[in-house]
Amino acid sequence: MRKMLLPIATIWWREIIRFYRQRSRLFSAIAQPLVFWILIGSGLSASFQPSGVVNGPGYIEYFYPGIVVLVLLFTAIFATISVVNDRREGFLQGVLVAPVPRWRIVLAQALGGTTLALGQGVLLLILAPITGIRFGVASLFITLGVMVLLAFGLTNLGLLIAWRMDSTQGFHAIMNLLLIPIWLLSGAFFPSTGVPGWLAWTMKFNPLTYGLAAFRHSLYLDTSVKAFGDGPSWTLSMLITSLFCVLTYVGATFTASAQAN
Amino acid sequence: MGRMGAHPQSSNLATFQPNADCLIEVENLSHRYQTRQVLNKVSFNVSCGEIFGLLGPNGSGKTTLFRILSTLMPITSGTVRILGYDLTTAVKAIRHRLGVVFQHPGLDVKLTVVENLRHHGHLYGISGKTLRHRIAELLEQVGVSDRATDRVEVLSGGLQRRVELAKAMLHSPRVLLLDEPTSGLDVIARRQLNAELRALADTENILVFLTTHLLDDAEACNRVGILNNGSLVAIGAPDELKAQVGGDVVRIEGEVSERLSTAIAEKFSVSPVLTGGHLRVECERGHEFVRDLVAAFPNEIQTVQFGRPTLEDVFTKLTGNPFI
Repeated sequence: MRKMLLPIATIWWREIIRFYRQRSRLFSAIAQPLVFWILIGSGLSASFQPSGVVNGPGYIEYFYPGIVVLVLLFTAIFATISVVNDRREGFLQGVLVAPVPRWRIVLAQALGGTTLALGQGVLLLILAPITGIRFGVASLFITLGVMVLLAFGLTNLGLLIAWRMDSTQGFHAIMNLLLIPIWLLSGAFFPSTGVPGWLAWTMKFNPLTYGLAAFRHSLYLDTSVKAFGDGPSWTLSMLITSLFCVLTYVGATFTASAQAN
Repeated sequence: MGRMGAHPQSSNLATFQPNADCLIEVENLSHRYQTRQVLNKVSFNVSCGEIFGLLGPNGSGKTTLFRILSTLMPITSGTVRILGYDLTTAVKAIRHRLGVVFQHPGLDVKLTVVENLRHHGHLYGISGKTLRHRIAELLEQVGVSDRATDRVEVLSGGLQRRVELAKAMLHSPRVLLLDEPTSGLDVIARRQLNAELRALADTENILVFLTTHLLDDAEACNRVGILNNGSLVAIGAPDELKAQVGGDVVRIEGEVSERLSTAIAEKFSVSPVLTGGHLRVECERGHEFVRDLVAAFPNEIQTVQFGRPTLEDVFTKLTGNPFI
């Protein structure tokens, strides 16, 4: 058991220590979503009433869970970009010739990304009371749990892509064409209620829609306020989010194994 | 650097006894990349205590062969056994016993020397006191003890390479593979690294396999395999290989024309080889040949070099190409 955990722990530890020594990453992953939130949230709050929500929260509160998820997404992306760099610089080759199965390497990388994302997500969670969201102890723990799932799934999604990439330029293209749209169409920016049919269907098939819904549910667990329209149920959201975690992790492991035997 | 005086084995190669516990065996290894035959039926054996150099110009297939041996590329045709384990079926057993130094630096520059080594030790399941002792021992051996807590990014290229060597040796491998280990190092650092490898091969009785495109590095090996266009064209001790080239070698440099080449061939009954604008002539009693040559063609010859054959001459003789 110890022999199995040691490689995982050491790869995880390296992800954390590297992050700590490049603190600009902390800034870039948090500052951008925060600016989005304040500017877009304030700008739209005057004219935007989330559809399907009567006497609900203002836009700045509606947008808040989406921003937390964006921070998780950004951190996960930055963590996986370091995989691309490791590959290019040769560090990863040294790990790949070690007698460590690929699934353990990927698991360690995913846990590293998850830890970093969770840390930054928690920093943002401190701002929740400002928006008027109040949660108790139970709600807080469940929220943290959902954040772990989301961060793990998103990091694995990033790893799935990063293990195929030779350059960070390629990764940026994927990020703009795939990862950001996934976030935009997850209900983070606007609810699916009332949007054109094709868009509603796209959002229905977007796994992050369920991740975001799970996160909203957990935030409002202690209050009776319903912060969104007719989104997916708590059970369905949790189920699909968990499934997303498993599938992306398995996918990332397969990709890593196929890339370097 | 010439030869380093420190290889007693090179004269008595016959004493290398193949030993199933300590060996790389490559048989009929072929590899295709799309339509190109990168490796063509390569076969050779390497034993423990031996430093084997794979010499070849860029694009000769060295890197492919290296990646296959280091377990990062699957074998498509042929067999490779390392320490008796088949590379296709016993990868894990091989990985435990293999130390690899890649051409691209494999250290994390944001971590300190010790942190890099600790990370590596953990990957191989070594921890605690055993790991601490082994790290201290190896840093001492490669002479980097005083920089142990420095981040790798502040170390010179030569020191970084030595830390890489310590890292590759940390889990006490039986086989050490190095891809172009001296690239980017200055002459002094190269010499030190070659001496370090010699000491390792002798004291720890490990097998050292390295690739290089530098003739000096190849000279420092016990045995050299010369790879050209995916085929192994020669294998043997540097002295043996050089003995294949008869007598002395005279190189005529500068603008040498076909016509001059023909004229020299006719006049002295030799068979010169024109490669890359230079003319190579193998001959006995080179000093007399040079004298007669300059006297016969006083206006056409600008620079003449005369010397004992080098591995470059071996390569040119076997392939008909200049070694670039």
